[in-house]
Amino acid sequence: MIAETLFGPFADFEFMRRALAGCLALALGATPVGVFLLLRRMSLMGDAMAHAILPGAALGYLAFGLSLGAMTVGGIIAGIVVALAAGLVARSSILKEDASLAAFYLLSIATGVMIVSLRGRNLDLLHVLFGSVLALDDPSLLLISAITTATLVALALLYRPLVLECFDAAFLRGVSAASPIAHYGFLVLVVLNLVAGFHALGTLMAVGIMILPSAAARLWVKRLPAMLGLAVLIAFASGIGGLLASFHADVPAGPAIILAAGIVYLLSLILAPGGMLGARLNRRPHLES
Amino acid sequence: MNAHDAILELDNLTLGYDRHPAVHHLRCSIAPGALVAIVGPNGAGKSTLFKALTGELPPLQGRFRVHAGKGGIAYLPQQSELDRSFPVSVFDMVSMGLWREIGAFRGLSRSQAERVRAALAAVGLSGFEARQIGTLSGGQLQRARFARMMLQDANLLLLDEPFNAIDARTIEDLIALILQWHTEGRTILAVLHDLTLVRRHFPECLLLARECLGFGPTDEILTPERLATARRLAGEFDATAPVCHRPEAEAA
Repeated sequence: MIAETLFGPFADFEFMRRALAGCLALALGATPVGVFLLLRRMSLMGDAMAHAILPGAALGYLAFGLSLGAMTVGGIIAGIVVALAAGLVARSSILKEDASLAAFYLLSIATGVMIVSLRGRNLDLLHVLFGSVLALDDPSLLLISAITTATLVALALLYRPLVLECFDAAFLRGVSAASPIAHYGFLVLVVLNLVAGFHALGTLMAVGIMILPSAAARLWVKRLPAMLGLAVLIAFASGIGGLLASFHADVPAGPAIILAAGIVYLLSLILAPGGMLGARLNRRPHLES
Repeated sequence: MNAHDAILELDNLTLGYDRHPAVHHLRCSIAPGALVAIVGPNGAGKSTLFKALTGELPPLQGRFRVHAGKGGIAYLPQQSELDRSFPVSVFDMVSMGLWREIGAFRGLSRSQAERVRAALAAVGLSGFEARQIGTLSGGQLQRARFARMMLQDANLLLLDEPFNAIDARTIEDLIALILQWHTEGRTILAVLHDLTLVRRHFPECLLLARECLGFGPTDEILTPERLATARRLAGEFDATAPVCHRPEAEAA
């Protein structure tokens, strides 16, 4: 009975297996990127960039309909443009980066919704905003997996400079020319993974699979490699849980996945060693020195 | 001294922000192996000078030449630039001093790991290898940064206010390290505010208050008159200052 509840949907339906594969790919690629977003205190920036992707994808949609390629390329271009523009505005005006990002993303989402509604039906708008993890076709799945593969390779190559860039950028600039490579390479990874997440979860939810598992993992473990591993596990588990909830309770899959990750986060917030109650429950006598 | 022998040569160097100079027409030559304290009030351009030397800030005018050889420059910025909440161990942080040898990809060999441990022992942090940097006190973190600098094995060392908010015992240990680097023939420039410390340990001194108010033996530079001038000059800021037309060729 329990086995049937847990495994049945995936055994019986191909779209569930595809959704599962998509979730695994997102957990492996987008979530580690989210860990670095979190540690660089750029969580909200990730959110803003996720919204910034919308008008690009919408323009692709306007030109070619629900075409995977057009919406992907449009989204990637729009995301990179907004990321660079926000940095440029911050450097050449008195506005800080967060203010200029907020301005850009509000503009982006308004433009995006406007463009989609120019041509589309409400169903398409819902698809763009909340994704369609239960309707991933071969090209979408290939795209998400390709982005994940590229992300894992890039993270492996960038790992050391990126870690240094996160906690001591001044030192990295002193010893190596890799600082801008780490910074901009990372921004590109963020955009790529947001686009991958956008196809499955939509622009509004994509950043959730990056940040929520990372924040939950941060509360449990202290070391970065452990945090990366745990965040991936939480993300994948949330994917499975969300898909099952969606199947059995007939609720939308994207929000269900993000809610599952959110529940893990809230529980961690209470119970984990770094959380609110955890630090108190887990009190052991202090040491002599 | 012949300028060609200098490890660092500042030639009419003017640095600043928004056209307002923070360092104005600075000329001096630092000899290899010199131990120089850079003294001056807040806003005198000390940190700005280091930013220029490490290539972060292009000069408004003039130039500088560094002949630091293979060892290059090691720069210790003020502490605030390091994010202590990031999950990284003391060992990992200090081992990044070996960047020139291991770069972005190579792992530590056994002997390199041994050198990291030796550096930690030299700054009195043995046993702290696995600790997260977030659990260190301010003094301990500064010791770790000195250990990392030691591993960089540079010929020219720039230290920006290394003893800010550091207790006397730690300062004593770290000064001993600086003096040891000095005997190894490295060139050291340190921004310091504690004049007693400067007089006791630093043979040479550069007094800076946007303008260079003197460079030479510490006793001759840190006179009450010059220090008073430095205090007066650093306080001045004229938002409507006219364009500076001091000729390039003017003698220092």
